[in-house]
Parts: sequence; structure tokens; C-alpha cells
Amino acid sequence: MRRRKFLSLISAGSLGTALAPRTGTAAATISGHPETLGVLHDSALCIGCRKCEAACREVNNLPTPDKYKTPEKPFTDLSVLERKRRTDFQRFTVVNKYRSKDGRTVFRKFQCNHCQEPACASACFVRALVKTPQGPVIYKPDLCVGCRYCMIACPYYVPAYDYGNAGNPLVYKCTMCAPRLARGQAPGCVENCPTDALAFGRRLDLLELARARIAAHPGRYTPRIYGEQEMGGTNWLYLSPVPHEELGQPRLGKIPAPELTSGALGAVAIVAGLWPAFLGGLYCISRRRDKTAEQDAALAAATARETAEAEAQETLRQALAKAEKEKEAAIAREVKKAREEAAREFEEKAAPQAKEESTPPPAGEPSS
Amino acid sequence: MNATTDRKKTALLELLRTPGNILTAFILALGLCITVLRFTKGLAGVTNLNDNYPWGIWISFDLLCGVALAAGGYAATTACHLFGLKDFRTSVRPAVTSAFLGYAFVVLALHYDVGQPWRLVYPIFLSQGTSSVLFEVGLCVFIYLSVLALEWSIAVFERLGWKKARARIVRLTIPLTVLGVILSTMHQSSLGALYLIAPSKMHPLWYSPFIPVFFFVSSIFAGMSMVIFEGSLAHRFLRGQMDEEHIRRGDAVVFGFGKAASITMLGYLLIRLYGVALDDNWRFLPTGYGLWFIAELAGFVALPSFLYALGVREKNTRRIRFAALLTIAGIVLNRFNVSLVAFNWQLAPEEKYFPHWMEIAVSAFIVTLIITAYRLICAYMPILRDDPDFETH
Repeated sequence: MRRRKFLSLISAGSLGTALAPRTGTAAATISGHPETLGVLHDSALCIGCRKCEAACREVNNLPTPDKYKTPEKPFTDLSVLERKRRTDFQRFTVVNKYRSKDGRTVFRKFQCNHCQEPACASACFVRALVKTPQGPVIYKPDLCVGCRYCMIACPYYVPAYDYGNAGNPLVYKCTMCAPRLARGQAPGCVENCPTDALAFGRRLDLLELARARIAAHPGRYTPRIYGEQEMGGTNWLYLSPVPHEELGQPRLGKIPAPELTSGALGAVAIVAGLWPAFLGGLYCISRRRDKTAEQDAALAAATARETAEAEAQETLRQALAKAEKEKEAAIAREVKKAREEAAREFEEKAAPQAKEESTPPPAGEPSS
Repeated sequence: MNATTDRKKTALLELLRTPGNILTAFILALGLCITVLRFTKGLAGVTNLNDNYPWGIWISFDLLCGVALAAGGYAATTACHLFGLKDFRTSVRPAVTSAFLGYAFVVLALHYDVGQPWRLVYPIFLSQGTSSVLFEVGLCVFIYLSVLALEWSIAVFERLGWKKARARIVRLTIPLTVLGVILSTMHQSSLGALYLIAPSKMHPLWYSPFIPVFFFVSSIFAGMSMVIFEGSLAHRFLRGQMDEEHIRRGDAVVFGFGKAASITMLGYLLIRLYGVALDDNWRFLPTGYGLWFIAELAGFVALPSFLYALGVREKNTRRIRFAALLTIAGIVLNRFNVSLVAFNWQLAPEEKYFPHWMEIAVSAFIVTLIITAYRLICAYMPILRDDPDFETH
């Protein structure tokens, strides 16, 4: 009973501080907000009674029996623990039973872990999921488009969808009882836990509590608080007597989800800045290439024209020269011909005279 | 004028006759019935989606493959307008048309997939989730669809004979092309970046910080392969709509894009292997998933790249067309591998998702709508031919 008192003191103190209006500290970075609230689940104390599940259904007014024919056994029936269950649109929390490697039966409660840097909120393209400085990751049903990227992004497989609803299908998940927190109450599941397996309070206090438990019972716990660092840490924290991986809790590393995509998103500015310059340059180069080709073609054409002209000139000149020559030759030929003609005539005239001189011409023939 | 009217009339009659069109009519009718079911019974009425698998084939095929295969629009406009490769001129308008239709029907398909499609404008106008990769995808697709509509409107204005409006858009060709490349780079890569946020759910061979680069680079050769593939379909089935020049230049487009695709795919193969090396994931290769990974890279990247090169070298259009088909199959395989095989790989077999037949039927419905719209547009508009009243641009 002393422990219970201790826990409720934590709860009361943290609620008082968390809900008091504060100025200036309204977290710019939510991560590490000192007043942020959380819950510690201690698997070493959990008996798998499902009372948290029942309380969750009651405080969230989840329909019983199920709206869409999925048969649900009463919460007193523990046989459902035999199979692996996950959250869905009517069950914001489930308790699963695991058999550890050393043969022990261990129970682990499963619900939204309310990440300090939630993958779902970072993934939501309409800001329907929001991390509040108080701790809960809350959902705004009026904005949700139903793309279900939050369900892809969540490393814990928590958000669920109401696939059977045609008119107003929504995402459903644990709210850490944000409305109850606002009224100064603890989450329903914590209040209904009969074994102190659930402790509610400031996350920082819960971490201290968990460390204290590990220190006090070194043999009872695996010395690690799941949720302390996983992807930037979660507001729900887990203590377990066996390695957390044996309770189906994924090994996630420390990098918060938003950091995984921030590099790709940052590249947008580079693309928008560099592509126009690069492509514009290429365009100018191709334009220039076309222009140069055009100019070259024009130049070639001009040169060709000039060459053709010169050639024509030359041909003409040669033709003229040839004609000239031919003309000269013809004149020469004519002159020569005339000369020869003249010479022959002369000879022809001279010959009879010579004959006359050597042999007297026959009598009676007139001389010319 | 009479000749063209006659041609249009025959085209319309042809549309109403062939057995292919009976199948088309059947798929369209079935699709309409399932549409009614989808919006009265909800997603559960027609899909096998569940809380572990919030995204099924409507995302894997309709969105991821649809957007990658519609990349022909920016590939062809860039080659022709920015790089100044005039050989590709005849491929621009068919590519822009199919890209416009592709994106328009991606958006239509999303109306089936999201829970409340009437709120699809919320992220753009009401509440901007700027930290989300999906926001970037949505915004880029929204703007790029508008860019494609403008680029495509040139053909519409030619059909309507609106010379002034057409001239106004033609003047914007270069800025629109550059904008198209920017937006495509962003959202093609962002589709891959969607999966960056869930490293613990993805098989390491397909998860890499470089997945956005993989998606972008693969969209380049996906787009070129689609231009080749659609070209070969058009040559076979829509020859009546084509003019002399479009028929004659077909081969130049095939060889040009074949060569470019071959080289791009080689680079892609290298960066995929670099992705394995960077995270030192070699140890996963001798597993079942590893063999599947090798099959994807060897059979659907390396092989078509080689066939493309061989086809270009031998001037063998048939071989190039086969390579294009193989490349397209490889893109589909890769997008399915990332979004359905590698995603949730650690879940038990009984927790895995297999699509409901009605999901497949809706995807077939969307594809059929695209093809039908494309055929109608080619029959009525100057897509595969130049309008003699207008100068080419």
C-alpha cells in the first residue's frame, strides 16, 4: 500500500504542475518537456487480468458488443490471451501473453506509446495528429482525410482504422485519456489496475521510479527501460523481467521518426533551386548549339555561293580566253589561208609568164 | 475537311465494334458496380485492407506504379524542349497526353483509397502538414497535374481552333517544362521517401536512405520505356490516327529513348548495389528475400538494360520494344516489392495481405478508363498527327 500512495502522490503532483497554465515554456521542442506525462507498465507486476481493457472500453465509450460482427469475448475470459492481438478501432489497448525464452509467462500491455517525437504526427499531411506538451498524442477527427499514412509510419502498429464505415471512417487509438487528464483524472486503465502494474505521472519521475525498481530488484528486471530512448523516447515506459524483444517490442534505435524524412524534405529546396539553373543552362546550350549550327549552315551556304561564283567566273574567263584564242587562231588561219591563196594566185599568174619566157606561147592566144 | 470528318466517323464506329471493346465495356460496368459498393459499404466491403496493411494495391499499383509510369511526360518534354532533340518532337504530345491522363486517374484512384475523399483538398487548403512526405507528394501531384493540363491544352485549343489561347500556352513551353521536371523530381522521389519513416517495418534490402533517389532515377527510364511501349501500341492499333511524320519518326524515338534508358538503368543498377553496400546488407542476399532482390535487379534491370543496348546496336525495334515491356514489368515489381513485400516482412504469413478481387477489378477499371480516354482523345484530337492549321512548336 505504501507503493500505491507513492504513485498517487506522483500523479497528483504532476497533474497539478502539468495542468497549470504556463507561459513561455509552451514547448518549442516537445522532446524532453519536463512536465510531460506518461505511464509506466511493469510486466513483472502485470497478471493479465484485462481490467485495463475493460476500463478503456468504458471510459472511451467504445461499443459493446462490437459494431461490425467481430466476436469479442467478455473481459473476464482470459483465453483471448492465447493469441497475439493488436489494437483496432474498438480496442485502444490489449494485453498480450508471451512465453519468454526461459519459460516464464509474461504479460505486456499494448496501446499508443505517445512518442515524444511521434512518427504518426510527423507523417500526417493534414495535421490531424498532434503531440501535446502535456504528453498525449491527440487526434482531430474533423481534419482526417483517411490516407492512413500514420498507420504505415507507426513503428508500434498502433493506429487502427474503421474500414467498415463508409460515411465517416476515422483513425482510432489510445488518447492517454487526454479528456480525463484535462479534468485532473488519471487514465482509465491506470485507475482500474489492481496490481500497480501501471503507474501514472511525469515522465521524468516515472524514469526515476523505473530505475529505482531495477536497482531495488536487480534479479527481477532486465536492466533497460523500453521507451526511454526508442526513436526519441515515448511517454509510455516499460519494465520487463525478460528482454523487451521477447515481448514483441521492436528494436528501433534512437533516431526519431521526423529525422528520417527531414533529409528528403530538405532536398526540396535544393531541387527547386538547382534544377532551373541546370535545365535552363542545358536549354541555353541546346539553343546556342542550334544557333551555331544555323550560322554554320549560313556561312557554308555563303562560302558555297562564293566558290560557285568564283568557279563560274573562272569558267567564263577560260571560255572567253578560249574563245579569244580560237578567234585569234581563226584569224590567223584566215590570214594564212588568204596569204596562201594570194601566194597561189601569184604563183599561178607567174607560172605562164615563166612558160612564156621559156617557151613562147602558142601563136594567136591572147595574153592576159 | 470531309476526309477528316469521315475518318472520325469510322473511328467512332470502330470503337463500338471490336471484341476488345466488349471487354472494355464489361470492365467499365463491373467497375461502376464496385464503385457503388465501395462508397456504400466502405473500404471493408471491397478490400482486404487491415490495420497492419493500411495500404494495398490501390497504393502499390494505382499510385506508385501509376505515377512512375506517367513519367513519360517529363522525359519526352525535357528531351525535346530542353535538350533540343527535335527527333523526339512527335513523341511529346502522346507522352503528355498519357501523363496527363495517368495523373488525373491516379487522383481518381485515390478517391477510392482514402477514407474521406471529399476531404482530399484539406491538406492543400485547410491544414498543411508540412513535416509529412505525403504532403509534398500531394502538393506536387496537384501542381504537376495543373502543369500537364496546361501542356496538354495546346492540343485542345488546336481542336477548338482557338489560336490566341494556343499561342499563349506555346509561349510558356519552356517554363512549363522546367516546372514539370522540378515537380516530377520532387514527387517521384518522395513516393520512395514515404517509406523512409518506417525502417523497422521494411526489409533492409529495400530500405535505404537512398530510396528517394532510387524512385526518381527509376522513374526516368520508366517514363522512357512507357513512351516506347505506348508508341508501339499506337503504331499497331491507332495507325489510322497517325500522320506520315509520326509514323516515320517512330523509330528515331525508339532508338533514342532505348539508348538513354539502357544507360540510365545501368546507373540505377549501380546505385541499388551501392545502397546494399552502404548499409552492409550483403548478408541478406543468400536468403529468400535476397534471391528475390537479385531476381528483381538481374531479371528486370540488368537484363532489359542489356537488351536495350543490343537492340540499339542492331537497330532492332522489336528487341527494344520487348526490353521496354520488361522494364515496365520491373518497375511494377519494384514498387510492389517496396510497398508490399519488403513492408511488414517480419509479420507472420497469416498476417499478410493479399488483395481482394474487387481491389484488382478497381485497378483494372482505372487502367481501362485511361486506355479508353486515350483512344477517344486520339480519335478526336491532334495527338498522333499534326494539325495542318498550326505550325509545330
